[in-house]
Amino acid sequence: MTTGLRIAFLPLTDAAVLVAARERGFAEAEGIALDLVRTTSWATLRDRLVYGQVQAAHMLAPLAVAVTLGLSQQPAALAAPYKLNVNGNMLVMTCDFAAALEPDVAARLADPLGTAHDFAAAIGLWRRKPVIGVVHRFSSHAIMLRYWLASAGVDPDRDVVLRVLPPSLTVEAMQAGEIDGFIAGEPWGSAAVEAGLAEAVAIGERIWRRGVEKVLAFREAWAEENPDTVDRLLRALVRAAAWCDDPANHADLAGLLAAPAYVDQPADLIARALSGQIVARAGEAPIASPDFMLFAREATPFPWRSQALWIYSQLVRWGMVDHDPATVAKAGAVFRPDIFRRALADSDVPMPGASMKLEGAVGMPLAVGSRRGELTLGPDRFFDGRVFDPERIDEFLASFTPLR
Amino acid sequence: MRIVIIDDSGLRATVLEEGLREAGYDDIHIVPPRGAFVARLERMAPDVVLMDLGSPSRDTLEEMLIVSRALAKPIAMFVDQSDDAMIGAAIDAGVSAYVVDGLRKERVKPVLELAVRRFNAFAKMQSELDEARTALSDRKIIDRAKSILMNQRSLSEQDAYALLRSAAMNQGKKIVEVAQALITASELLGGGV
Repeated sequence: MTTGLRIAFLPLTDAAVLVAARERGFAEAEGIALDLVRTTSWATLRDRLVYGQVQAAHMLAPLAVAVTLGLSQQPAALAAPYKLNVNGNMLVMTCDFAAALEPDVAARLADPLGTAHDFAAAIGLWRRKPVIGVVHRFSSHAIMLRYWLASAGVDPDRDVVLRVLPPSLTVEAMQAGEIDGFIAGEPWGSAAVEAGLAEAVAIGERIWRRGVEKVLAFREAWAEENPDTVDRLLRALVRAAAWCDDPANHADLAGLLAAPAYVDQPADLIARALSGQIVARAGEAPIASPDFMLFAREATPFPWRSQALWIYSQLVRWGMVDHDPATVAKAGAVFRPDIFRRALADSDVPMPGASMKLEGAVGMPLAVGSRRGELTLGPDRFFDGRVFDPERIDEFLASFTPLR
Repeated sequence: MRIVIIDDSGLRATVLEEGLREAGYDDIHIVPPRGAFVARLERMAPDVVLMDLGSPSRDTLEEMLIVSRALAKPIAMFVDQSDDAMIGAAIDAGVSAYVVDGLRKERVKPVLELAVRRFNAFAKMQSELDEARTALSDRKIIDRAKSILMNQRSLSEQDAYALLRSAAMNQGKKIVEVAQALITASELLGGGV
């Protein structure tokens, strides 16, 4: 029997696993007819999910937490049992602005701490407060940008203007001079670089080496009423993710994503993030960044509760939510490793033994306890060397110097 | 009650505005979601904002609703969550409505119902227009194919059409598909029209 399932997505390279699941038969093999619904804004994607026009969505992880906490319009309990990717963001600034930064782009990207300080100095030289586009208040991108700027003493609410606009409008807004830069998921940063409008200034993978990004989000009640469908979908997605991670399939995948129904951008731009060959300045040789975007390896899809709590800690840090034990519990419960384990119990996917870990503690690839198969976690350091212990959120929050 | 319609398509906004005016609302403004539309909206201090659910500018608008100090009262989408059927109809019709907190449900409901009806009417009109356009371009393609057949095989118009139709039936295709294939083949072979 075939089950029809509607999933909303935004035109981004990291919708890859959903697209592959539909176009390369992984969903069909599990008896699921996937209908992927393209939306342009996160607000629309959120509403389609919350009000039941779709059963699931390709969602910014912080947005899933925010909707559950009642911070983004209609509150609704969401469940995220699967991470669609890790990493994949890029901060680009106009070539004029970037001229005040380290001219060697490879060195610039390799040293986010140094670049953050250069950036702080460049703000003073710029003709106005730099206007930086972010895709949403509750996006991994905005949170990462705030984290990075603050490390150099820049107050993101005072020293720059953060302007919200959906990813597919970023390049246009830059062309019109409405923004001086933006941080977004691929291929939009690459599109701005290719158009000669901007240079890469920082890449997500260098700010947090394994940064939580998009999740597959369901309404919690729906996921609980339809466990069989959820499980089949997750099984289809892990296979699709393995296919997406395989370099042999990158050209095919880039071609699929380039279609007007999906990302609607040239395949060669999309391929850059997939293969980790990042062009930071138009016309220059790509910079190898093999961990630019991960789909499957290192148990990428596993929804570590500690990552939901890291997001929560940043929302508290920027005054977006009050810190109390009940909210901590609610935020952590958005990520659902229990569903992931149930769905993939009989698969060959390596399964972490724990549901939480220290975030930012792994410097070198590390073999960890796994219920099955071999599981190696990649380096997950934050560029400032901080470690997030989900059991000690208060201490972590106290470690940040107030900016004013 | 001040109502602001944020819309890029002039036609849909006009259809909606007209309906609202007929129903007796007279403080209506249309703002296209471009440039500094957020600042304009802040100055207007609307009670209700109506917008296409799929508009890419909604993230920008919602951010403004969170951070704006100019708007004294918080605005939320569908402040009253009790009417599920109404909200469902609005989402299906592609209407998003942001309403000032404290505005009574009885006052908002007729506006929302009207917006839903007008959005649906507009969508129907649009799809009829699209169908008419497709029908017109289909007819042009079939006419071209017919004239190729008439010229090259000295057929009457009626026979040319009958030939296209029987070819389509035999191949399980639409007439317009067969006609398009014929035109392409004829161009490749340099047959001309």
